[in-house]
Amino acid sequence: MNEPLARRTGDYPSRAAAPGGQGSSANLADILERVLDKGIVIAGDIQINLLDIELLTIKLRLLVASVDKAKEMGIDWWEHDPSLSSRASEGSHSLAEENKRLRAEIEALREELPAADEEEDAYEEAEYVEGEGGEEYEDEAEPEESRPAPRRTARTSRAGRPAPRSRGRRRDTS
Amino acid sequence: MTETISYAYAVARDDDGTLDRALSGLPGVADASVHLVRAGHRGELVVAVSPVPEQDFQESALRAHLEDLDWLESVARAHHRVIGALAERTTVLPLRLATVYLDDERVRQMLDARQEAFAGRLSDLTAHTEWGVKIYVEAPAATDRPAAPPAAPELSPGRAYLSHRRAQRHAREDAYRDAEEIARRVEDAARHHAVDRVQHRPQQGELARGPGENVINDAYLVPVGHAERFRADVLRAAEGLSGVRVEVTGPWAPYSFATPPETEPTRRAAP
Repeated sequence: MNEPLARRTGDYPSRAAAPGGQGSSANLADILERVLDKGIVIAGDIQINLLDIELLTIKLRLLVASVDKAKEMGIDWWEHDPSLSSRASEGSHSLAEENKRLRAEIEALREELPAADEEEDAYEEAEYVEGEGGEEYEDEAEPEESRPAPRRTARTSRAGRPAPRSRGRRRDTS
Repeated sequence: MTETISYAYAVARDDDGTLDRALSGLPGVADASVHLVRAGHRGELVVAVSPVPEQDFQESALRAHLEDLDWLESVARAHHRVIGALAERTTVLPLRLATVYLDDERVRQMLDARQEAFAGRLSDLTAHTEWGVKIYVEAPAATDRPAAPPAAPELSPGRAYLSHRRAQRHAREDAYRDAEEIARRVEDAARHHAVDRVQHRPQQGELARGPGENVINDAYLVPVGHAERFRADVLRAAEGLSGVRVEVTGPWAPYSFATPPETEPTRRAAP
């Protein structure tokens, strides 16, 4: 029925070396983003999956998304989830530790990230004397701060069909 | 002697019974060979499954493994490889990584219980593929600081520096403005071909290192017959403005569209 994807891909000589999604050379970030965060979520028989995949997704976001976004996602979600706190009360020490470790990691990463900008700002302020220039600059340096919080899942950011939007308010369209 | 459990990759339709062949010799997770579990009255609905060592997918082991990016990468690539092989032949609904059942019979039960929903979504997605569109701003980064200010003899070094900085900043502003403009054009171009769109988070972490800053990371669902024009039109929309790069990836199996838009998320639903 369908024409094989391989043949369709073959129509693009410029991409022959890296056939995007299908090739083994596809970008790891693109693959992880899809295999972890997209696709159908069904609880299998190993119940830990949901928890671990959630944790994993968070960790992944530390890798492919910004730390702030991971935090906005609710990095402490498991504390409020009854099904998981019951796990914790079973004496799941490691979860608490994992939690702690993740937090520490995030803190460390957060401190690391702005550091470069602060340094830049100091430099900027010392030499650049146009009133609010430094702040404006800061906005440019971290444009994601001006965006609304990221959506948790693909589903929530799905538009019924492609709709117009601008960069600054792109998440408001659906 | 190692106990194995069943790792499920994707739901697919095997209308002509040839899907087994697509999987033969293809290594799945843990290099195991992949087979099909069937349901539906003609057995046309299948789940691709392979055995994985139980010890690797138990709670504690899995948690430890997930800390290990090499392990994760190999599982993710194997998962993706199997889904890609299926997608070359038929329509697939990818399952999320590490969906694991005690045995194939449990997979069959899951498939039986959900076959109507699966069949419905599969027919929606027939002859469609997913394309990723990412837009990067490649403005001169703030870290270009040490670059020598352009020679401007009438300015003192301090003023020359400031004027250089200002020019640099304006270049960044321009680049973001251009990116916005390109995003609009790309969207207009894509809309002519795509039937659905999902906006992903921009990639900004360690793994996403590439030239420039990713500002748009969308997935489009495109009918197969439109794929070439979709790709060409999207790339053409990016022409003419420098400092902004548009990257199209695909075709992907419809990862971002496997769950229908209307239904509530199934996460945390009982098995």
